[in-house]
Amino acid sequence: MKNKPLHPGAAVEIRSAPHVKAPRSVEQIMRNVVYSLLPICGFFVFQYGISAAFSIVAITASCLATERFFVKTGTQSGSLSDFSATITGILLALTLPPGFPLWMGAVAGFIAIALGKALFGGIGFNVFNPALVGRAFVQAAFPVAIATYTPSFLPGRFGEFIPSSLAWPLMVPADTVAWLHAKQLDALSGATPLAKWKFDGILASAGELLSSMSGHMAVGPSPVLIILCGVYLALRRFMDWRIPLAIVGSAGLTAWILFAIDPHSYPNPFFMLFSGGLILGAVYMATDMATSPVTPGGMWVYGALIGLLTVLIRYYSGLPEGVMYAILLGNAATPLIERITQPTPFGKSGLLSPKRRATYPLHPEYISREEANAVTPKKKSFKPGKKS
Amino acid sequence: MKFMKLFRRLKGIGWGVHPADHKRPAADAPVRAMPVSARLYLPLQQHLGGPARPVVLVGQKVRKGELLAEAQGAVSAPVHAPTSGVVVAVTEVAAPHPSGLTLPAIILEADGLDEWTELRGCDAPFALSAAEIGRRVAAAGVVGLGGAAFPSAVKLVGAARARVAALVINGGECEPYLSCDDRLMRDSAPAIVDGIRLMLRATGAGRALVGIEDNKPEAIAAMRAAVAGIGAVRIHAVPARYPMGSEKQLIQVLTGIEVPADGRPADIGVIVHNVGTALAVRAAVREGKPLISRLLTVNGRCANRPGNIEVRIGTLAEEVIAFAGGLKGDGLGLARRVIGGPMMGVQIPHWRVPVVKGTSGILALDATEVDGIAGRETAPCIRCGSCVKACPMGLLPLEMSARIRNGAFAEAIPFGLKDCIACGCCAYVCPSHIPLVQYFAHAKGELAGQERDRLRAEATKKMARQRQERVEREAREKAEAAARRKAGRAAAAGKQGEPACFNPRPD
Repeated sequence: MKNKPLHPGAAVEIRSAPHVKAPRSVEQIMRNVVYSLLPICGFFVFQYGISAAFSIVAITASCLATERFFVKTGTQSGSLSDFSATITGILLALTLPPGFPLWMGAVAGFIAIALGKALFGGIGFNVFNPALVGRAFVQAAFPVAIATYTPSFLPGRFGEFIPSSLAWPLMVPADTVAWLHAKQLDALSGATPLAKWKFDGILASAGELLSSMSGHMAVGPSPVLIILCGVYLALRRFMDWRIPLAIVGSAGLTAWILFAIDPHSYPNPFFMLFSGGLILGAVYMATDMATSPVTPGGMWVYGALIGLLTVLIRYYSGLPEGVMYAILLGNAATPLIERITQPTPFGKSGLLSPKRRATYPLHPEYISREEANAVTPKKKSFKPGKKS
Repeated sequence: MKFMKLFRRLKGIGWGVHPADHKRPAADAPVRAMPVSARLYLPLQQHLGGPARPVVLVGQKVRKGELLAEAQGAVSAPVHAPTSGVVVAVTEVAAPHPSGLTLPAIILEADGLDEWTELRGCDAPFALSAAEIGRRVAAAGVVGLGGAAFPSAVKLVGAARARVAALVINGGECEPYLSCDDRLMRDSAPAIVDGIRLMLRATGAGRALVGIEDNKPEAIAAMRAAVAGIGAVRIHAVPARYPMGSEKQLIQVLTGIEVPADGRPADIGVIVHNVGTALAVRAAVREGKPLISRLLTVNGRCANRPGNIEVRIGTLAEEVIAFAGGLKGDGLGLARRVIGGPMMGVQIPHWRVPVVKGTSGILALDATEVDGIAGRETAPCIRCGSCVKACPMGLLPLEMSARIRNGAFAEAIPFGLKDCIACGCCAYVCPSHIPLVQYFAHAKGELAGQERDRLRAEATKKMARQRQERVEREAREKAEAAARRKAGRAAAAGKQGEPACFNPRPD
């Protein structure tokens, strides 16, 4: 019907109001998220060289191919052009070690889309963040490969692959530790700051953590860069600022309380926040629209839960990193969180504060609503700020 | 407390949307008065409530302002002749409605003289009693000119009975494209204030709060100048945020009180009237003039000369557009014809529908305006939550639409289906282009239908039960009567000393 002249007598398509639309689409939102990820990818490649570049490309390609297959076969809604599978692929690559064997990366990408998304019906219907589903799968399937980090800023990283990257499918990857030894580097520097703290009790300094610029230390993308990209997304309203803020606040507060109780056994909260994948998870993973709550109150609860769980898993479990499981648990809790944080409809919040309470100036001739048997349904749910 | 106020101001309103308003240049162009058309089509139902009943005959000559159809029922409004002429038919005309169905209407052929009937004005309206003002407003057929077209007199009298404390005057005009209220406030601010004071008199309210969106600085200045020295009327600039012109939202912003979800503004001591209505009330009471014309906006990218036009009720939209300057390229790029604003107005299939009392705008939208972005294919919901943030009623549109899609209409109610005001904010912001308002309208209709069916079934059941009872009662009464007769006969036989039967003691 678009662009076709409509004369009286011609078929007219009748639509309901509104007759104007905000200039925003799913494709546009997703495209902007991809744009904001590009500087982070660039930095990742700068840190780790061609292995990282090939890892991002291979995993994203695997995600796109899987998406295409399921869209073509009609088992999944959505379309290829909406960039959502691209985001999944890039995020998945950023959470994996740069020297992760490419074929394992492809498996992770396939699992992410097939089990994380297509199984539920495609875009918008998934319960768990697809990238994290893929990562959780390979964490269980390839525990050695996923824990093998190489130091960043290795000399010759743009001309040479990390040997494990090019492993044949189903074969044992080349020994990275031996390769590092051959390069006259200490294998310990191939551990992430979190693993170093957890297993060796060594804390990295704040500057190293924030910029990720110090050489020879296995760290992920720079938290400062991620935060800047997140601010861009939040300012352009492509992402809700509440969730990252709640996660960082809650994780920081929990870590600070533990640090205050026993500064010797627990690291400072700053280390907690900027080491590992917490910032990447808070800005890009937990904010995945389909798997996070839609209610403003729910976003705070969800973020707080993830922050708390992250610190608890890091401190009290056998794993050095806890963001992934914390977010997956948060995803699982989303429907419940939404139910208890459903916003109060207009005109039903008489209990919130005396100022907003509806008053009924009655006089003798006026039939009260109670007399007329009018009932205001009471909502049985948690209300923030409600005094019971 | 001050801190909280500051916080609230920083936080903003927190609901609604702000579409590009497209109010200028139409709002800045001076008002043009349209000459009377040759034929006027006057639907008998231009308001909420019962349709008016014709009191003229075909062929009858009427003068401008004469009663054509009288109010019928408690909530109704009369219809008057917008010009002098002859009644040529009492028939059906196409309604300004998407269905294109017809409405009973009176067709009036203008004689070109445009002569007034005798008007019963009043030079000292403030000496009139509240009830008399209400009567005059009712007789003039004034209805709410903001769009809902609720008979104003009913509201005024009801407000007087409920002893409302404050009158809220809606100068929000939050719908994009429309600027007729803006224009009225700029051009006739003193008359509007006079009308507001008459409404205060009619309702007994102590003060009036006029809310005007802050994207109309000229109107705010004009109204502020007009109320100088009048303590009872206050002008408030409110943030330009759709749907600020919605009754409950405006009350909340101006008074800080939320109207209860299942209540009406009068329950909290407030009533709301539009600025255009205030002007019509003044004309009705001071000059005795009935509501026979209104200001409306012709706008949209297809309109050659967007602007505000004073139009007689009953003029065809086609003629209004032709007078306004026609359509660009003879309407070749026209994508949608809309009566009212773009957020809540209705799309009509053709222009041959009359202007009624509630018509605030005629929009000729082209494809770029309607689509917003290329294509409008509905994509799956990505649960972005935009609709939740936009909803001025605090509902969860995405949850409701998911349930309605599955046909589970009743399950949408806990998420607020019955509180939905169909403002269109959710559908406006939806990045997946889901026609949420359409879903809700459909579900509301289905639920209303189910409710009707249930009531009908109950009524049938009740009638069947009553019939059953009646039949049983009649049978019982018949049996009792027979027994009584029998007993009577037996008693009579006993008196005569003859045994009635073998039973020696008949009972």
